[in-house]
Amino acid sequence: MLHTARADAAARLQAMGLPARRDEYWKWTDPAPLLAAEVAPSPALRVERPIFAALDRVRLVFTDGVFDAAASDSPDLAGVTITRLANAGGVSDDWQGSYGALESAGQVPVKRPLAALNTARATDGLLIHVQGRAPRPLHISYRQTTDSCEAMLHHCLRLDPGAELTLLETGTAAARANLVLEVEVGAGARFHHIRPQGRAAGRRVVSHIFARIHAGALFKSFTLSADGALTRNEAVLDIVGDGAVAHIAGAALGDGGQAPFHHDDTVFITHGAQGCESRQVFKKVLKHGATGVFQGKILVRPGAQKTDGYQISQALLLDENSQFLAKPELEIYADDVKCSHGSTTGAIDEDALFYLRSRGVPRQEAEALLILSFLADAIAEIEDSAIQAEVIARLEGWLAQHRG
Amino acid sequence: MLEINNLHVKLEAEDKAILKGVDLSVGTGAVHAIMGPNGSGKSTLSYVLSGREGYAVTAGSASLDGQDLLALEPEERAAAGLFLAFQYPVEIPGVGNMVFLRTALNAQRKARGEPEVSAGEFLKLVREKAKTLKIDAEMLKRPVNVGFSGGEKKRNEILQMAVLEPRMCILDETDSGLDVDAMKLVADGVNALRDAGRSFLVITHYQRLLDHIVPDVVHIMADGRIVRSGGPELALEVEHNGYADILAEVR
Repeated sequence: MLHTARADAAARLQAMGLPARRDEYWKWTDPAPLLAAEVAPSPALRVERPIFAALDRVRLVFTDGVFDAAASDSPDLAGVTITRLANAGGVSDDWQGSYGALESAGQVPVKRPLAALNTARATDGLLIHVQGRAPRPLHISYRQTTDSCEAMLHHCLRLDPGAELTLLETGTAAARANLVLEVEVGAGARFHHIRPQGRAAGRRVVSHIFARIHAGALFKSFTLSADGALTRNEAVLDIVGDGAVAHIAGAALGDGGQAPFHHDDTVFITHGAQGCESRQVFKKVLKHGATGVFQGKILVRPGAQKTDGYQISQALLLDENSQFLAKPELEIYADDVKCSHGSTTGAIDEDALFYLRSRGVPRQEAEALLILSFLADAIAEIEDSAIQAEVIARLEGWLAQHRG
Repeated sequence: MLEINNLHVKLEAEDKAILKGVDLSVGTGAVHAIMGPNGSGKSTLSYVLSGREGYAVTAGSASLDGQDLLALEPEERAAAGLFLAFQYPVEIPGVGNMVFLRTALNAQRKARGEPEVSAGEFLKLVREKAKTLKIDAEMLKRPVNVGFSGGEKKRNEILQMAVLEPRMCILDETDSGLDVDAMKLVADGVNALRDAGRSFLVITHYQRLLDHIVPDVVHIMADGRIVRSGGPELALEVEHNGYADILAEVR
């Protein structure tokens, strides 16, 4: 069955062609390095203390883009059935028609060729069926060991009505990676996704989240990006059931001083049902020639009354060499809705900096506090306090390494 | 304790002199008040002493216990024992009041070569100080000054003063925006901190704060200079007659 889905995706890709700078949604991010025949090497980063190591979770490891059973926990998680994509061809009638379905639906109205490419060619990934409330988080941990490896991974999640899962997705998958996550969140189900993307300075990543969110369900995804030569995170969230909630947030930290940093969040949220809430909260801290991009859209379909949509994208520029490019979009076809968006670019608040220093906090420490203050709204989107604390600790660590 | 001699200050961005030869000496344990009309340079003096950017000292000196204040960074002045209670305390979303206070206290202790205070000790210390200022636990948990009323912000300034235990406290128009009850609460907090080793410089536009924080010496500032000094009765004179008489007299 995967064979058909892959062939369909290849045909989609053929029809739409590969992305180029002239495409409206790629005008600020050059897709060429994601498509070049040669993978530019990016040295693997050895992490002393991997994030979330202290949490009770089930960890499944991909090494250089291949599932690594020896490094993984046994995939026993109550209420959750996990199948490896590479083995799925014969075993999985359960996934008939699911693989690639949300990606395919997400190609309208904006084409996403790299996601179709992924569906056609992904070499590994996980098919995760959540039937109950998972007692512990599931952790997909990426490891890179060789400098020029490439990974194309595709995960599918299906949460049955009322099910619940926290998915941790961590690390650098490869020097160049193309990652797709399809998530079907059933009625009343709850899905939490926390994704620290790894700090290998040279990595180039394009990721796509395609989610369909049913009535009364909750979808929450938070991404932490620190460093990385090129990161393009796309999210296509389709709210199809009444009273559903979809939040997507990101905190990105880029220091172009040691290696280039280009980070792009491209989000499309569709409200197709009544009384739903969506949030987009994206914050970027940029210095030494780093570039941040945000393209975020809220589409409210006819009849999606009582929609509450909110979008904020903000950049903190720590010098005059960095830039933030933002394109917020609202398209609304219902009359009883509340939608707003905001986008700001600014420097550290000198009054706040002086206030902290006047209390004895040295300049660099004060700046770090104010950067955390700037990121707070995005971090607050992580509900679990232990997970939140680990993310904050990583942010503090990064800030301590990138002072001045 | 605080010695200011012939201090001349201008705005860095424009060629505009604001302080034109301030002389002031505040002894250890003394409470001095500076009063003056708007634009006389009162707040500028407090900013220059605490090290805010944007001002250039063109002549004169300022020292704390013999140490040249003007050569120090703002955080070094704080560690040396100087504290400025802001007229407009700054809101810092996303940074908890407790985290902020503990960071500040430990940064100062570290700068002075003293051991840092543990989380447990700190909690105890803050709770005790907060109680006397009628600051509840909820306010301590909230982000710094975010959503605080005018009175809460000023009480939070005094709480910081109580926790950091500076030797030289400058209060910049601490009474502005406060009703009588809130002002009294703030004044009580300040009075509780008065002791033989700690000095205060209370900057205010109105005499009413000085009913509650009774100064040893009152100075009148006008056009960048201290034009008259006297006892608490000088404040009452201003209250009754305004600044016009004094200003006319010194001109």
